[in-house]
Amino acid sequence: MLKNLLWRLTPAALVLVFLSGCLGEENLTALDPKGEAAQWIYDNMILSLVIMTLVSVIVFAIFFIIVVKFRRKEGDDELPKQVHGNTAMEITWTVIPVLLLIILFIPTVTGTFEFHVDADPAEHEDAVYINVTGHQYWWQFDYEEGFTAGQEVYIPVGERVVFELNAEDVIHSFWVPALGGKIDNIPGVSNALWLQAEEPGVYLGKCAELCGPSHALMDFKVIALERDEYDQWVDDMLAVEAEETAANAEAGYEVFQENACINCHAIGGEGMATGPTLTNFGDRQKFAGVYDIDDDEELANWIRNPEELKQGNNMPPHDISDDDMEDLIAYLRSLQVRPADADY
Amino acid sequence: MASYKKEKGVVWDWLTTVDHKKLGIMYLIAGTLFFLKAGLMAVFMRIQLIMPENSFLTGQTFNEFITMHGTIMLFLAATPLLFAFMNFVIPLQIGARDVAFPFVNALGFWIFLSGGLLLSTSWFFGGGPDAGWTAYVPLSLNEEQLGLDFYVLGLQVSGIGTLISAINFLVTIINMRAPGMTMMRLPLFVWTSFVTSTLILFAFTPLAAGLALLMLERIFDAQFFNPAAGGNVVIWQHIFWIFGHPEVYILVLPAFGIISEVIPAFSRKRLFGYTAMVFATMIIAFLGFMVWAHHMFTVGIGPVANSIFAIATMTIAVPTGIKIFNWLFTMWGGKITFNTAMLFASSFVPTFVLGGVTGVMLAMAPVDYLYHDTYFVVAHFHYIIVGGIVLALFAGLFYWYPKMFNHKLNEKLGVVFFILFTIGFHLTFFVQHFLGLMGMPRRVYTYLGGQGLDEFNMISTIGTFFMSAAVIVLVINIVYSAIKGERVIGINDPWDARTLEWATPTPVPEYNFAQTPQIRSLDPLFYEKVHGDGTMKPAEPVDDIHMPNGSILPVIISIGLYFLGFGLIMLEMAEPIVSPWIVVALGGLLTFGGMAMRSLKDDHGYHIPKSVVKADLKKLGGGK
Repeated sequence: MLKNLLWRLTPAALVLVFLSGCLGEENLTALDPKGEAAQWIYDNMILSLVIMTLVSVIVFAIFFIIVVKFRRKEGDDELPKQVHGNTAMEITWTVIPVLLLIILFIPTVTGTFEFHVDADPAEHEDAVYINVTGHQYWWQFDYEEGFTAGQEVYIPVGERVVFELNAEDVIHSFWVPALGGKIDNIPGVSNALWLQAEEPGVYLGKCAELCGPSHALMDFKVIALERDEYDQWVDDMLAVEAEETAANAEAGYEVFQENACINCHAIGGEGMATGPTLTNFGDRQKFAGVYDIDDDEELANWIRNPEELKQGNNMPPHDISDDDMEDLIAYLRSLQVRPADADY
Repeated sequence: MASYKKEKGVVWDWLTTVDHKKLGIMYLIAGTLFFLKAGLMAVFMRIQLIMPENSFLTGQTFNEFITMHGTIMLFLAATPLLFAFMNFVIPLQIGARDVAFPFVNALGFWIFLSGGLLLSTSWFFGGGPDAGWTAYVPLSLNEEQLGLDFYVLGLQVSGIGTLISAINFLVTIINMRAPGMTMMRLPLFVWTSFVTSTLILFAFTPLAAGLALLMLERIFDAQFFNPAAGGNVVIWQHIFWIFGHPEVYILVLPAFGIISEVIPAFSRKRLFGYTAMVFATMIIAFLGFMVWAHHMFTVGIGPVANSIFAIATMTIAVPTGIKIFNWLFTMWGGKITFNTAMLFASSFVPTFVLGGVTGVMLAMAPVDYLYHDTYFVVAHFHYIIVGGIVLALFAGLFYWYPKMFNHKLNEKLGVVFFILFTIGFHLTFFVQHFLGLMGMPRRVYTYLGGQGLDEFNMISTIGTFFMSAAVIVLVINIVYSAIKGERVIGINDPWDARTLEWATPTPVPEYNFAQTPQIRSLDPLFYEKVHGDGTMKPAEPVDDIHMPNGSILPVIISIGLYFLGFGLIMLEMAEPIVSPWIVVALGGLLTFGGMAMRSLKDDHGYHIPKSVVKADLKKLGGGK
C-alpha cells in the first residue's frame, strides 16, 4: 500500500519541483511572459489548465476509490450485479464536458482573430514592420528603412511590432517564447505575426520547425530598446558604409576582401546577402546563433571549417593563416554600431 | 491431427499459411521486432539529450533517428501489433472459421513486411530518411540523400498491405458473423476494429496519393510542391494530415477496444453503456477526419479556418469522456482481479486522461501558437500513444497470450514489468510538458547549457532507462514463460472471461469452431455460463469443413513489390550496379506474374472430413 502511494505521489512531487520556481531561463521560458501576446497565451493556458486539472482530479478520485474498494477478495466467487448502463449518468458526463468546452471556445475564437495580422506593409503603416526570412540555418531581418540585419533583431519596447515571415529554402518557424507564439516561415507564402515586449532586454528566439541537420542551432535574439535608443540604432545602421568600417582594422579588411567574404556577407548596403549580414557583427552576443562571440578560437574554427560547427550549412571552408585570421577577427569585431557603453 | 493432408516442413508451412491465427502470430513477431528497433533508437536519442551540447549523435544521425523512430513506431510497430490481435481475435470473437479472404490476409502481411524491409534497407544506402515522419516538403525534397526515396516507396508498399487487410476485416465483420451475432452484439474490440478498418480505407488512400506525388517529385522531377514553378508546399501538409490525423484514431480505437474487453473480464461486470460506447467510437472516428488542420494552426491558414478546426477538435473530448467514464463505471461495483493485464488496462484510464486533457489544451488555436512544435506536443502525443496504445497492447498481450501460445505469461515478472514501465513512462514524458513551455522546440538534437533545460532533460532520459529495463523484463518473461510458463492446454477459458474466443478449445484447431456457435446475447460465453451449461450451443450439425489451401504466392508477390520499389529508388542512385529498369522489370514480373497465377489457377481448397472433426471433438471433450 505504501509503495502504491509512493508512485502515485511521483507526479505530484514533480509538480512541486516545478512550482518551487523551476520555470526555466528568464527571457526564454513562456512561463514568465514578457509581452502582451505571451501574457494572453499564458493566461489562457492557465484557464484551460485549471479546467483540465479539475477533470483529471475527478477521474483520478473515482479511479482511486475503485482501486481501493472494488478489489476481488481471495475466494470470493460471487458475481457482481450486471448493469447495462445508466442513461442519466451518461447524459451528465456528456453535458458537463460540453459546458466546460464552451468556456474554452470563447477565448479560442477571439484570440485567433486578435493574433491574426496580414502580411502587407500597407496595412501596418503606423507600426514597425520587419521582414523576416528564414535560411538554413540563420535569420535575415529586413527593415523598412532599407537596411538588413542578421541573427539579432532590434525592436522598440511597448509597441506591437509586425513581423512578415518568409523562407528562402525550407520551412522554418519563428518563435520567441517569452514574447509570444510562433508562426511558420514557408517558401512561397507570406505570413505575419505581431509581438510586443514590455521591458527592454534580450529575448531568446528559436526555429521551431525541423529544417535540417542544424535545426537545433538556429537560434536568434530579439533585442528590445526604448524608442529613442531604437531610433538611434536605426540611424546608425543606415549610416554604415563598408569602406568606412575598414579604417578601424585595415589589415583584416584586406583578408576579408581577399577571401571574397563580401560575396555572401553584406556590410552596410554593399555586397550580397546570401549569408548573414555582418553590418553589426561586433554587437552580437553569439555568432552562428549559438557560439560565444568572444571565443577567438571557436570563431577561427568556424571560418576554417563551418561544417564542423553547424552541419549542413551553406558556408564553404576557408583556408586562412593564423596571422590573417587574427586580423580578420579584429576586423569583424570592429563592425559595431552600438556604443561600447550600451547596457546589454 | 492432420493425416488428411500432406505434412509440410515447418518453415514452408509458415511461409505459405493463410490461417488467420498464424498470421496474427507473425504480425505479433514482426511488430515486436520493429518495436524493439524503434525503441532502441529512442534510447539513443534520449542519451544524446541527457546533457546540453552532447556529441553522442550528429544532427544528421539524430534526424534520421527521429524520422525512423516515428515512422516505424506508427506504421511498422503499432499498426501490425494491433493487426496481430485483430487477426487472431476477430474471427474467434464473431464465431467465424477464418477471415473472408484468407489469401488476401496473407498477402497483406507479406506486403506490409516487404514495405517495412524496404524502408529499413535505407541504412545500407547512406542512411535513413531525415525529414521527420511527416516528411514536410521542401525539406523532404532534398536530393542529396536516398533516405526519403526509401521512405516514400517503403510506406507506399506497406500501405498497400494495410489497406487490403483493412478491407478484409470489413468484409469479415459484415459477412462472417455466427448466427445470432448481430452488429449490436459485437464485442467492443470487433466494433473498434471495424471502425478502424473504415478509417484505414479512407485515410490510407490520401496517403497513397500523397506519397505518389512525393515520389513523382523526387524521382521524376515533377513540380507539385515547388512554389517557383507554381506549386504549393502547404498542400503536402493538408494531404499528409488528412491521413495523419485519422491515423491516430486508427491506432487508438482498437486500443480502446482491447481495454473494453479486458476491463469487463477482470471486473466480472458487463461493459457499462455498451451502446454509448459503440456510438462514441463512431463519433470519434467521424470527428477524427474533420480536424486534420489542427496540426497546421501555425501555418497561417487564417483565423476562420483555425477557429473551426479548433472547436471541432475540442469536441472530440466529449465522446472520449463518455468512454472514460463508462470504463470507470464498468469497474465500479465490480470484483476486480488486478493481474498484469488488468493493471495495464486499468492504469490506461487515468494515463489516457492525462494525454487527453493536454489534447484539449492544444486545441485552443491561439494558445497552440505556444505549444506547437515544442516538447509539450511530444509529451502530449506520447501520453496518447504510449499511455494509450502501448498500455493497451501490453494489456492485450497478457490477456490473449494463453489463447495464442497455449501458456500464460509469468505474473510476477509481469508485475515487475508493469511497475518499471509505469515509473519510466511518467518520468520520461511528464517533465517534457514543462520543457516545451520553457522553450525547447521538438526535433532538436541538442540544446545549449544554461537555458534552464538541463535538469528535466536529464530526468526524461533516466525515465527511458526504466522503460528499457521494463522491456528487457518483458523479453525475459516471454522466454521464461515459453519454457516454464503455466500451460493452459485443454483449459479453454483461463480467465473466466465473457466473449466467444474463450469458447474455443486451447490450442485452437485450424477450423476454430467444429460447429458454428449459436449466439444468444452480448457476451455470449458469459450468457451460457449463467443461463446455459457454460458451453456454446451449436448452430449446425457436425459436417465436413471447407478450408483454404496455403499458398506461396503472397511471398512471391511481396518480393516483387520490394524489387519494384527498390528499382525505382535505384533511378536516384549515382552509380547503380545494374540498370534500375532491370530490377523494376524483375519486380514487376514477380508481382504481376504472381497475381496472374492466382487468377488463372483454380484453387478450391480442401475439406476436413467429418470423421476428423468428430475425433477432435471427442478428444477435446465437446460436441453435441
